[in-house]
Amino acid sequence: MSVRDLSSVLAAAKAENRAALVGYLPAGFPTIGDGVRAVTAMIEGGCDIVEIGLPHSDPVLDGPVIQTADDIALRQGVRIADVLRTVKEVTAAGAPVLVMTYWNPVDRYGVERFAAELAAAGGAGAILPDLPVEEADLWRGAADKYGLATVFVVAPSNRDERLAKITAAGTGFVYAASLMGVTGTRRSVGAQAEDLVRRTRATTDLPVCVGLGVSNAEQAAEVAGFADGVIVGSAFVKRLLDAEDVETGLAGVRELAGELAKGVRSRA
Amino acid sequence: MSTQETFLPDLDGQVPSARGYFGEFGGKFVPEALVAAIDQVAEEYEKAKSDPEFAAQLNDLLVNYTGRPSALTEVKRFAEHAGGARVFLKREDLNHTGSHKINNVLGQALLTKRMGKTRVIAETGAGQHGVATATACALLDLECVVYMGEVDTQRQALNVARMRMLGADVVPVASGSRTLKDAINEAFRDWVANVDNTHYLLGTVAGPHPFPVMVRDFHRVIGVEARRQIQERTGRLPDAVVACVGGGSNAIGLFHAFIPDAGVRLVGLEAGGHGVDSGEHAATLTAGEPGVLHGSRSYVLQDEDGQIVEPYSISAGLDYPGIGPEHSWLKDSGRAEYRAVTDADAMEALRLLSRTEGIIPAIESAHALAGALELGKELGPDGLMVVNLSGRGDKDMDTAARYFGLYNGSQEGK
Ligand SMILES: Cc1ncc(COP(=O)(O)O)c(C=O)c1O
Repeated sequence: MSVRDLSSVLAAAKAENRAALVGYLPAGFPTIGDGVRAVTAMIEGGCDIVEIGLPHSDPVLDGPVIQTADDIALRQGVRIADVLRTVKEVTAAGAPVLVMTYWNPVDRYGVERFAAELAAAGGAGAILPDLPVEEADLWRGAADKYGLATVFVVAPSNRDERLAKITAAGTGFVYAASLMGVTGTRRSVGAQAEDLVRRTRATTDLPVCVGLGVSNAEQAAEVAGFADGVIVGSAFVKRLLDAEDVETGLAGVRELAGELAKGVRSRA
Repeated sequence: MSTQETFLPDLDGQVPSARGYFGEFGGKFVPEALVAAIDQVAEEYEKAKSDPEFAAQLNDLLVNYTGRPSALTEVKRFAEHAGGARVFLKREDLNHTGSHKINNVLGQALLTKRMGKTRVIAETGAGQHGVATATACALLDLECVVYMGEVDTQRQALNVARMRMLGADVVPVASGSRTLKDAINEAFRDWVANVDNTHYLLGTVAGPHPFPVMVRDFHRVIGVEARRQIQERTGRLPDAVVACVGGGSNAIGLFHAFIPDAGVRLVGLEAGGHGVDSGEHAATLTAGEPGVLHGSRSYVLQDEDGQIVEPYSISAGLDYPGIGPEHSWLKDSGRAEYRAVTDADAMEALRLLSRTEGIIPAIESAHALAGALELGKELGPDGLMVVNLSGRGDKDMDTAARYFGLYNGSQEGK
């Protein structure tokens, strides 16, 4: 997989006049092996694209749900090598795989080494939400070299000139944060999201996917009404956290992906 | 004393670069949601720096509220244990609220008002930055929320009570190591969600640009005063200036005015905990590697995968796995030197200063004192040192009482 496969999946969804469904789960959660099964269940349930979190000790942009999952994964001893192995194993299910993480693990592992190994594992790119464009030259160079996408996050507080600067540097798609805040499920998706998508589209031809706070089919349908993709993370994590056992959790993940997949096909 | 001496931004300093780099350290590693707010802080600080009105307001507070300039006290009985070198203490413990933290807090609180923000959030370890922030917010009528690791709310309970008395909301943080690092994480999470009306009043010279340079500028007064005072008292510059290093604010405050004085050694003391070899410490510059934590590149205690290693120190204010980027730069350039002091040596120095001079220091500051005892022996009787007494020890009496068994009527303190 590469940035090109990512783009063609997004283009195919567009051709079907629907939004793409993007699912997130951290690697190594609830265990390394069951983590692979959980991501596979998201894909089989209907996710077009998946993001695999590389758990971090200090997830400053994550709310309690993903913090808890990261904690569980790290306590199991998940390493970067395990994350890359997870990428490799889930690519068999056919969806493009992005890695989402904080900058320090990549920086420490070695930028070039990480890009090379992610590409070799079949990854399509990375999302690095605490790496602003000004600091991203080294990563972007490596990503380009290995055919990986660099998905930047934009926020409602970004002014138009800054949006233009960010989208000019990104590839694959643009991740529009629906609200000002950390990850976690929300009762309603901010009205700010639609405005941000509109302002972002004015600067780029890249697809714009919306994340943060989406947890059910109605919200997915609502967001699909104005965005090219709908990103769901904490709601999947919660299915696994709240389940009595792993099998129930996996069934829950598959079921949620199915509901959301219907949502993105019934644009509000 | 001239009031000109109080707020003296380093208007023509060479570093950091426009992007906030001291050599390879610094920068601005933040989510997009915070970029606009951080740019606003940088722009407002640039304006404030050259605004005589701002300087006048801040100077008035520093002189008439904080009580600057702080005294420089020679400690002869203590110095007998430091190889006979002369030792002067820069008395930041005598500032209002009991530590150096108030210098930075007043500057940023005034800046908060200028930006039209009404809510302030802060992290705190020892509680001194939290108390100073709660104090400034009471004075300037700002809403105040302080994040504090659960381990620290317990070991610095007195300061939790002080903050609440001052009207602040203290939020215990139960994630991670439940110490300063985790309090900063939580403050960032709050800031991302409430950035419209909220300023994050960061308490040390870490974080994304412009915090390291701005917080340094607000603390420069420590070294500017000390440099004048020591020359007046002894007719010369010291051989070394000595400070404890958590995030690095009291140390950079003392060091900065002496950086051009090549003959003055800059010595920072980190928390060695149970010993650097034990793995239980917070000696970031001694044992860390460059990485990115809390918005800037600097030395970090981390593993091979870039996961942050949980630090340990008896001192809540030094119990942090990061360090301000300017210190990393001073270390690598060789201009400053950093050493680790164990819990045991710091506590011994705390007792020694109490018994020889009638001054009970904060456990943080006691690390600097322990470093001075060792350095004095290296310098010999002709040596001259200025040690930053960054805070007073009231907040640490419970820890000290347990450590020395004072609650059991033990006289071990003798
Ligand atoms: C008295 C005192 N000294 C030192 C410190 C360490 O901070 P810094 O290294 O920023 O001076 C603290 C922090 O809480 C403190 O309270």
